Amino acid sequence: MIAFRYALFRYVLALAVALAAINASAGAEKSIVLASTTSVEASGLLANILPQFTAKTGITVNVVAQGTGKALDTARRGDADIVLVHDPEAEREFIDEGYSSTVRQIAWNDFIIVGPSSDPAHILGGKDSVAALKAIASAQAAFVSRGDRSGTNAAELRLWRTAGRTSEALSPEKWYHDIGGGMGQALNAASAMNAYTLTDRATWLSFNNKGSLVIVVEGDARLINRYDVIELNPGKHGVARLDAAKAFAEWLVSPEGQQAIGAYRVNGQRLFNPSADSPK
Amino acid sequence: MHDFLGIVGLSIGVSLAATAAAAAVSLPVGTALAIFPFAGRRWAVILINAFFGLPPVVVGLVLYLALSRSGPFGFLELLFTPAAMVIAQTILAIPIITALVHRASERAWARYGDELTTDGATRLQALPQILMIIRADLVTAVLAGFGRTVSEVGAVILVGGNIRGLTRTMTTAIALQTSQGDLSLALALGAVLVGISISVSATVFALAGRARTAGSDEV
Repeated sequence: MIAFRYALFRYVLALAVALAAINASAGAEKSIVLASTTSVEASGLLANILPQFTAKTGITVNVVAQGTGKALDTARRGDADIVLVHDPEAEREFIDEGYSSTVRQIAWNDFIIVGPSSDPAHILGGKDSVAALKAIASAQAAFVSRGDRSGTNAAELRLWRTAGRTSEALSPEKWYHDIGGGMGQALNAASAMNAYTLTDRATWLSFNNKGSLVIVVEGDARLINRYDVIELNPGKHGVARLDAAKAFAEWLVSPEGQQAIGAYRVNGQRLFNPSADSPK
Repeated sequence: MHDFLGIVGLSIGVSLAATAAAAAVSLPVGTALAIFPFAGRRWAVILINAFFGLPPVVVGLVLYLALSRSGPFGFLELLFTPAAMVIAQTILAIPIITALVHRASERAWARYGDELTTDGATRLQALPQILMIIRADLVTAVLAGFGRTVSEVGAVILVGGNIRGLTRTMTTAIALQTSQGDLSLALALGAVLVGISISVSATVFALAGRARTAGSDEV
């Protein structure tokens, strides 16, 4: 039995050494974890601008794209060093809880309502997002909701509230499909179901499975979509990598970072408008 | 292309590491369960067989909370690293390999147990001999473990975070490509994943076939 225990001990030791080796090879350079909304990752923005930051500072930014609600939760648990999200209400709550005191806008674009070109709710070409939602509801046309506490989901529910419907009132409706997934999943679902959905323009432009979906409503002032970088307060979890995180936030709002954001295009179209100097 | 090779390499590397770690635990434990009688052994066997179907997403969630900086093992700084994925997959593979090794060991022990312990040898000394006898079954068991780990997505996406260039595996890349509407690219990655699974099984079965013809008509 003693020999067996020694053998077991050796196995456990070997496992620990293997894990340590893998970990050391991964964390050799300075790195931070960025918890972000899915749109900045899925649109290709971060993959495009992060190498420029890394080349300048030697800091690797590991992006965990989760949607605003989950990204803020990840930061609350201390598992992210910096946050990049787009839901003003959730961000205010995060600040009020004492997790952060530095929030800066880095860019904006807009939300759009997309839907099938057959347009069963007859809202194509409209500008009023709230009127469009009312028309969708009275036509009982299929609508896909993210249902994942993301920034887009929050924006969608705010618009529905303005249109006179709470999420509690919406969820039993047969035409309202809460899919509990990311923006891409919602677009895939809308495309498959010929449904309407609210999306950020960046994900839409870089999305490759549009099917019969087209933009039906855009240009409403209520559809503005602001992206904020949020630095975390020290102390909550004794986070060690805040200096590197701060360097990243400073770079995003610097002329260089802003230029990089503005220069990113898909099919010739700019996806994010830099706005650190004049927040929208 | 560089991304692609990195993703394939990471998938295979993580799964191999996890399978090796799981095998290191499961082989001795699976055989020990068959040859050492102890109170509660029946329950241990039932439990391990039940964990065969352990939902990866639950393993991922529990491990996520454990490795979180606000969790008990947060000081290790393992969340969102390949090491976290190896741990998750090891946990998933252990019950499968253990259960399969246990079944084969039980058969071998019933047949050769007396013989192996007659001249005063202890059960502990018989353990490696049982493993030798069932080596063809070990291949199947380890292969089943590898299949489980390489195809899994629920746990690795939670504890790995699907970070580009660090923790993006084939399965999480497929999930991501699908969410970007790049269905053909996702399908291509899927085909590669299936191809890898098939070639790994084919290779191992070829090796196992040779082992069987070369040595053991014992079982």
